[in-house]
Amino acid sequence: MQSALLVAGATQLPLAPANAAPAPGASTTAPFVPPRPLTLNVNGAEHQLSLEPRVTLLDALREVLQLTGTKKGCDRGQCGACTVLVDGRRVNSCLTLAIMHQGAKITTIEGIARGQDLAPIQAAFIEHDAFQCGYCTPGQICSAVACIAEMKAGTASAVTPDVRQQTFAFTDPEIRERMSGNLCRCGAYNNIVIAIQAASAQTRA
Amino acid sequence: MRAIDFDQASDPASAIRLVQQANTKFIGGGTNLLDLMKGDVEQPLRLVDINHIGLDQIVELPNGGLRIGALARNSDTANHALVRSRYPLLTQALLSGASPQLRNMATIGGNLLQRTRCPYFMDTAFAMCNKRAPGSGCGAREGYNRMHAILGASSACIAVNPSDMNVALAALDAVIQVSGPKGERSIPIAEFHRLPGTMPQVDTVLHPAELITAVDLPPPAFTRHTHYLKVRERNSYAFALVSAAAALDMDGANVRQARIALGGVAHKPWRVPAAEALLAGQPLDEARCLQAARMLLDGAQAFKDNAFKIKLAERAVVRALREAGENA
Repeated sequence: MQSALLVAGATQLPLAPANAAPAPGASTTAPFVPPRPLTLNVNGAEHQLSLEPRVTLLDALREVLQLTGTKKGCDRGQCGACTVLVDGRRVNSCLTLAIMHQGAKITTIEGIARGQDLAPIQAAFIEHDAFQCGYCTPGQICSAVACIAEMKAGTASAVTPDVRQQTFAFTDPEIRERMSGNLCRCGAYNNIVIAIQAASAQTRA
Repeated sequence: MRAIDFDQASDPASAIRLVQQANTKFIGGGTNLLDLMKGDVEQPLRLVDINHIGLDQIVELPNGGLRIGALARNSDTANHALVRSRYPLLTQALLSGASPQLRNMATIGGNLLQRTRCPYFMDTAFAMCNKRAPGSGCGAREGYNRMHAILGASSACIAVNPSDMNVALAALDAVIQVSGPKGERSIPIAEFHRLPGTMPQVDTVLHPAELITAVDLPPPAFTRHTHYLKVRERNSYAFALVSAAAALDMDGANVRQARIALGGVAHKPWRVPAAEALLAGQPLDEARCLQAARMLLDGAQAFKDNAFKIKLAERAVVRALREAGENA
């Protein structure tokens, strides 16, 4: 397992040679930084890992834990394909380091279903044909879970008419604005909105 | 990404001590820093994680103002009951920036330090960028400069500050609280960000190893009549071409006092007190708003691709003032 971790790191990240002595004045020559032990709680299970500090949460999930449901799209926080839930909050796993999430409860697309039963949002995506190629779908679904929870909690968005008022408006413009962090190159947006409407109505009932 | 060492700070004092190691930076949300590290624009050797040092609370100040901890997340700040009810302009500005995922990570302190999105700065394939490599020249002046500054630029740099939050904080006269090796100090938002001048590599007046601990807002004077207008290439999840934060204190139909800040036009949020004074004591009519907008844009200088911004900013100011005035 240990060697697999190092290989995984090496496929993703250009490692500085361990014997590279920094040249005088070359302050940006990175020294070798060894992996260190850390524990991640993913989908309810504790995982003991050995990772370099620079490994993102996304790379730890995909390359080390083999949870490849979470997708790497842009790897720069611009597409949302890597969206996971950290303590119930949606985040871009590409723009955060695994080492920063010890003690947190991480939920990936693999942890959204309840056992063999699809979560309402997953069933709604199938029912309403809310995807074409499917690459953005794990991120869309994780994001939608949080989106529905945020709307139910009465949070405001950039299209909320008056942020001073508590709002519980599940309108299409609200859903579109709140899902704007997840891009879909197939353009399945209309059906994604419909699926979220359907799932949110179900979980509101 | 290059190899990095990593320390976790347990409190502000340990964070300030740890960050004094060579080539070390704080990491809060990491949404801007890690992006820039992946692009090799930022090359720290070590990060100090400040996510466990506290400083994430939002509390009322004895003077009736509000103290927002530097580690409060953008999403939590935008939706805090006191921010929404007393400083809706800040909520609006925060919610118009980035995406829900990014706002769940990004911090108020980090947002103040967000670096420009100038492509010549962001992409190391470009040799010229005085902000990234001082003395190398400015690729944007003669390059593609649609997103760039029309006010306060210098021959060395025409980049703009990309933050929406900063524009609202400027209109609200926020004060930045910092702590460092030499103690604590308070910096008014108007003095916090620099114009590029001959040193565009320096974005703010923060000293090395200083930590932003909080952002203080004065007692709310602009609760009813505020508006943040952001104009961008798509409706959501894009940086501003221009933005305008308008805050009015109304006495019936007359303006008691006004605040206007422009974003997307300069290296820092742009305010002109004389333009605001023009509106005070007067009814909020279109002609006067246009006069104020023109005063704000006085001295604007366009480049090859961004001449449209001058008129756009002018109209954004007028519309933001009108929307603010119409709010019930």
